[in-house]
This record gives sequence, C-alpha cells and structure tokens, in this order.
Amino acid sequence: MDLYEYQAKDLFAEHGVPVLPGSVAATPEEARAEAEKIGGPVVIKAQVKTGGRGKAGGVKLADNADDAKAKAEAILGLDIKGHITRRVLVAQASDISEEYYFSFLLDRANRTFLCIASAEGGVEIEEVARTNPDAVAKIAIDPLAGVDRAKATEIVAQANYPEAIRSQAADVVVKLWETFVAEDATLVEVNPMVRDPQDNVIALDGKVSLDENASFRQPKHADLVDAEAEDPLEAMAKAKDLNYVKLDGEVGIIGNGAGLVMSTLDVVAYAGEQHGGVKPANFLDIGGGASADVMAAGLEVIMSDKDVKSVFVNVFGGITACDAVANGIVQAFKLLEERGEAISRPLVVRLDGNNADEGRRILDEANLPGLLRVDTMDGAAGKVAELANKAV
Amino acid sequence: MAIFLDENSKIIVQGMTGSEGTKHTARMLRSGANIVGGVNARKAGTTAEIEGKQLPVFGTVKEAMKETGADVSVLFVPPKFAKDAVIEAVDAEIPLAVVITEGIPVHDSAVFWAHACAKGNKTRIVGPNCPGVISPGKSNAGIIPADITGPGKIGLVSKSGTLTYQLMYELRDIGFSSAVGIGGDPVIGTTHIDALEAFENDPETEVIVMIGEIGGDAEERAADYIEANVTKPVVGYVAGFTAPEGKTMGHAGAIVSGSSGTAAAKKEALEAAGVKVGKTPSETAELARELYKAQ
Repeated sequence: MDLYEYQAKDLFAEHGVPVLPGSVAATPEEARAEAEKIGGPVVIKAQVKTGGRGKAGGVKLADNADDAKAKAEAILGLDIKGHITRRVLVAQASDISEEYYFSFLLDRANRTFLCIASAEGGVEIEEVARTNPDAVAKIAIDPLAGVDRAKATEIVAQANYPEAIRSQAADVVVKLWETFVAEDATLVEVNPMVRDPQDNVIALDGKVSLDENASFRQPKHADLVDAEAEDPLEAMAKAKDLNYVKLDGEVGIIGNGAGLVMSTLDVVAYAGEQHGGVKPANFLDIGGGASADVMAAGLEVIMSDKDVKSVFVNVFGGITACDAVANGIVQAFKLLEERGEAISRPLVVRLDGNNADEGRRILDEANLPGLLRVDTMDGAAGKVAELANKAV
Repeated sequence: MAIFLDENSKIIVQGMTGSEGTKHTARMLRSGANIVGGVNARKAGTTAEIEGKQLPVFGTVKEAMKETGADVSVLFVPPKFAKDAVIEAVDAEIPLAVVITEGIPVHDSAVFWAHACAKGNKTRIVGPNCPGVISPGKSNAGIIPADITGPGKIGLVSKSGTLTYQLMYELRDIGFSSAVGIGGDPVIGTTHIDALEAFENDPETEVIVMIGEIGGDAEERAADYIEANVTKPVVGYVAGFTAPEGKTMGHAGAIVSGSSGTAAAKKEALEAAGVKVGKTPSETAELARELYKAQ
C-alpha cells in the first residue's frame, strides 16, 4: 500500500524524523485555518499518489492565510494524471539551502534491503542515476545488522553529503531506518531531504509503501486506507475477502490461483483481438478452495460490474476436485437467484484437472441458464470473447 | 534421479497438527511420501494419527532430525510464526525446507534469508508462498496434487501453483522428473536459476519448462543464466501481459512497478536467450512436447 505524502509525513514525525509543521486539508477553509495556525508563508501541495505534481500545477506557494485558501481552491479537484486531488497538504514554507535524496527499499534481486542516497536531490533519482551515476550511492543493508549510528555515518559519507551536516543527516538516517522496520515498509523515500540555512536536516517530501502481509501486526495501517478513493467494486470485493482488481474491459474473469488468473486475462485479451478488441474486466482469484460461497461472492461482484458482457470461470481442479467446484457453481446460481440477483449475462465455464469428467457431468445435468461449458482454456477464452463482442 | 527430493527423502512437517498441516500431511502420505514426524513445541512427545499412520511429534526440528533422520521439512506454520520456524530449520541444518505459508511479511523473509546466508546456506529454502516440490513416483513435499501425472523427463520450475498443475496436466502423457514451485513472494529462497542449474545437472530431465510472472527481474536473470549455462532445451511461459502498472495481482510479488517487471520484458529476455516462449499455457505445453519428441 502506497501512502499519501501527508501520511508519510505523519509516520516520519511519529518516529522522530524532522519534518516541517503542517497538516492536511480537504477544503479551502480548512487550508486557510491551517495556514493561519502555521503563520507566515506556506506551501499548498496536492495529495495524489503520483509524481509530477509541480508541473501539473499541484504545488503552490501562498503568502498568507487568505492566499492559502485561494491556492487550495485552485488545487482541490485538480486532475493530475487521472488522480483527482481531494486533499492538500498545508506546510510551512522552508528556506532551502541544498536538496538531497535518500531512501531505504526492498532489493528483490538481492533478497535484502538497499539504501540509495545522493547529494543531488529534488529531482527524480532515476534521472540522476542516468546522467550522473557516480553521484548515486547504493549501499546494501544487512537485515540482521540493520542501521545503527556507525552504519548511518558510513552511509552519509558514501552519499557525499556535505561535511557540515553529516552528523545531523546520520541521526535522520537512523530514524528513517527505525521507521522502515517498525512500520514494515518496503519503501521509505525522502526526496528532497533538505538543509536549511541553519544547517538543520529536514524531510521535506516523503513516499512510503507498506507491506500488506504485515497487517496482522500493524493494526494502525488499516486507518491509512483511503476508502473514498477505492474503486467501489474493489471495495465490495475486499469486504467479501476476495482478491479482486478492477480492469477496464468487458469480460468478467474468475479463476483459482494468482498465476492461472493472470494467464486467463492474457488468453482472453489475445482471443479478444479476434472479437472486436474485447478485454478482461477484472482479476479475481478465488483461491484453491473454490467453495460455493466464495464462487457466489465472486459472481456477485462481477455481476455488479455494469461493463461486464460475459463471464469466464476458469478453474483447474488441483487440490479441490472439479466436482466440488461444479457443485459450487450450481449452488452459487441458486444462492444468487434466491437473493434476487440471478445471473444475467452468459457464463463460459472451463473445468479441467482432478475429477473433471464428474464436474462437467454435474454442470450439464444442472442445465443452468446462460451457462456454456468449453473444455479447453484457449477454446473457452475464444467463446467468452465472442459472446462479449456480440453483446457490446 | 530428480531434483531436491527423491525416494530416499524423509520428511517432517512443521505445523503438522494445524488444520492445513494435517490435511496436507494426509495428502502427502496418500501420494506415497515418506513422512516421519511433525514438529510442535507445545505437543512434543505426543503422537498424531494421520492416514492410519502414527506420527511422532517432536519439540524441535533438531530433535526430529536426530530421532528420525529427516532431511526435509515442510512448513505449514502461520505467517506470524513462520520466521522463527524457518530460522529453527536453518539452525538445525536440515538440507531442505519447503515453506508453503502464504502471507509472510517481507521483512521476516528478508531476515530468515539473511540468517540462512549467514549460516552458510546449508539449508535449501523453497518458497515461501509456494506449492512445494514433487518428484512424481518418488516423493512429494508440499501441496502439489500427486495424481496429475507420473514420473517422466520434464523438469518444471514455476512461480505459480495452479499454472504448475495446468502444465503438469497438459504434459501428463510425458511425465515429470520434478516440479518445483518457487513461490510468488518478492523474497524467495530457491530461484528459477537454482532450479535450472539442478535440472541441467539431472540426467533424468530432458526438457525444462520455466514459468514466470510479472514483478522483479528473476526471469531476466534466469534468461542470462540459460544463455550461458543451460544446454537442455528450455520452454518458457510468462503470465501477466494485461496486468496494469502498480497493482498487486494476487501474489505479493506480482506487481509491475513503473516500467520494470513487465511480462513483455521477461518474454523478450527469454527469447533473446533462445528460449521458446508460449503465448498461452497450452501453446507452451505443445512447444515442450515438440522439443521432447525431437530429443
């Protein structure tokens, strides 16, 4: 889960990382009140989970509280690369002498953590790495040893931060590491980390990604989810404990196992090329179990998607036998009918693997309305794409 | 021959007495795996009856190894306790630890991996978030259904469980030396490269099938490895061409970040290394079949 800048800033503050006073505002009035509280000039920054805010007009300086209100009014509602600005951060304007880059992140390739630091900050680090690779220090962090004061001292020297602020910067680095570990983060990025004229080191802008697998020991992270910004279908699926991602096509997809479902999306997209360019409408993995309840819940979410013209249920019976899956589908039809949400769009089902013959027999016998059985994945994908295209 | 697991493997199960552990221990036993006991500190000294077999429960992995001669551990331990369980297996120096558990925080995986490295990698870790390893007709450590196919000449390595089953099913007439599910997490023990190296050295394996998916650059690195080191024919498949940027697709590690980790880049890297890459799982199976017949 990626956090908004203001959430990252709050986390930093909790862990003792120096940040400037400021707070989030959802209305121009709130922005005005916050600016008044801070006093003096403030920066109004759009809170969106994408880069390039400055260029898009999402970051503005305000001289006083009234100006802050006006600037917030201009920024709220702004569309930045498809992200609508619903909140702004109102923060004290700072005098910046220098800007640096700093991050801790997960290094998948080396199966460890990595620190990336540079004395050239405020711009995209990828850009610095391209134009001036020597200015970017990459330092592997041993997860067992972590980052203590000595390691932090080593890091700020390798990053070539100016001597005058190395000690302050090392303190900040230790606190950022504490944030990274304590919050189960996969990314803690400060860009820019700034030096003010008094040689204070401050985290001016932050980006944090949190590991959702750690939610069992991070109960506070649930509060950071922006429910308002969630896709309504994704929110509905989440409430039903389903692994669902909304896409923008016409063919609803249900499958078991993340890899098989990803593969199903691809196969449907290929088949769609022959059928008016129809595409998958979603990713939905109902897991190995594929029980009737889960199947019904999945079908319910997919039928709630108005863009869906046809549905592909693609199940490989591995741990769960196909007869159990077929019974699940039959019961799901019944469950949905009882709830007055009868399945209104054609369904193509492919069952293969363990006990496939029995599963297919159950489906044939049930003779469910609008259900078509196709026994190969590629064949079923072709059929479901054809049906979606006809309905468009 | 086979890789990582064979008819001499003696398996213990960490978390055997939990519901998933019991269910899958029964399945492994039915498929002929030699399960010799379980580990649960709170139930040490007791016996669990599974599939009519009396299985001793030990307090530690070390004790279980000493008493039974076990050389493989399969872990069904919940995410909260998984890190400590893996570290225990590593400290006991069991040769193979198969971590089935899904949902382990990546900080925990990074720590147990660093611990395993610090101890000299005496334990091969497979997973986490994986279906395990099967050498059909010989042994089965994990949750891969044993009735899909029998022993044969194809070696398979995959990030995905169900795609493993799908490919095993499509190639069931040929059969498999071993199939290794390496798992869909961002930090895993055994990699595509480790399995490729083992299959290259396994006289029983004639054709290798490698299944990847979006996220990270493991497939690209595997492609480089294949080009430099693998003489046996390799067929590839990559899932996730239609996955949008920035969304996690089921597996914790399956995410395209910016322009990195895309399926297209992985396919391109594999093809550049001379690997034939199928467009669909069925086409991939057909490519493997052709290469097998050409042997």
